[in-house]
Amino acid sequence: MGNNGGFENRFGMNTRLINWFGYASPATFYPLAGKMIPWFWALAALFGIAGLYVGFFVAPTDAQQGEGYRIIFIHVPASWMSMFIYLVMAFWAALGLGFNTRLSGMMATSLAPTGALMAFLSLWTGALWGKPMWGAWWVWDARLTSELILFFLYIGFIALQSAIDDPRRADKAGAVLALVGVVNIPIIYFSVKWWNTLHQGASVSLTRSPSMAQTMLWGMLLMALAFWMYAIAVSLTRVRAIILERERHAGWVEELEEVAT
Amino acid sequence: MNWGSASEFFAMGGHALYVWGSYGACALLMVVEPILARKRRSQALTELKREIRANQDSQDETTP
Repeated sequence: MGNNGGFENRFGMNTRLINWFGYASPATFYPLAGKMIPWFWALAALFGIAGLYVGFFVAPTDAQQGEGYRIIFIHVPASWMSMFIYLVMAFWAALGLGFNTRLSGMMATSLAPTGALMAFLSLWTGALWGKPMWGAWWVWDARLTSELILFFLYIGFIALQSAIDDPRRADKAGAVLALVGVVNIPIIYFSVKWWNTLHQGASVSLTRSPSMAQTMLWGMLLMALAFWMYAIAVSLTRVRAIILERERHAGWVEELEEVAT
Repeated sequence: MNWGSASEFFAMGGHALYVWGSYGACALLMVVEPILARKRRSQALTELKREIRANQDSQDETTP
């Protein structure tokens, strides 16, 4: 474990040829992430407060579902983020697999728990919404089942990586799993179209105007932004921990202010 | 404004259990996850400092 510095030294030209790759160096990214985190927290709080205000005090009572529909303001953002984070995670994993950049693997590892949290929230709020509206906490419906598989993909990714001691090999194995699992994302997204399902269709679509009141839509979008900013803030916090864990034998780590003091 | 009173707000039109069960779980997880992430970093820092100190000590012993 820990012998990660080798690649950078032997193939160091990778990081020097294109300046852009400079940010892929953990030594540059660690302090940068530290500076960005408070801003993302601030944005998350701002969007969250605005979204909750619109969701509870501006958006009207739903004609069919009464007040129960207000679960939508966390259910839809959590579901979107669970899929989006997976795509971002798979992107970083693929980049790490292709270019052997150390930071990409750490980003993928850092995103997985947040993605799992979003998938769990999507299922949890879905169950709490399904009970009063459909009369069942759970049905083996295409949309619900594929989201459950997404949750298991995150758990599988985390379990697989933690079972392998060498972080570079853990990155590779995780990347393969993440990339194979990508096929599940369009299945989740289009499941309500492809199969007959109890789950309602897309609330927001690019091709037609939204099937909901403007204020409801705004509440949902604001909450989605809040969840997005939250996900960035928390995964940056975690990636900094992962960088310290994996780079502890690198010289720059020992020179850090928080380590030296 | 949708709500006549605070109790009406908390009742959520009879869906209190479902609505607050959702928001409560969401709030709980979104408080716990950042705490765990921060704890992980401070643990890594403690571990690092311990390792560096151990290295320095062993160096001190070998150098006369």
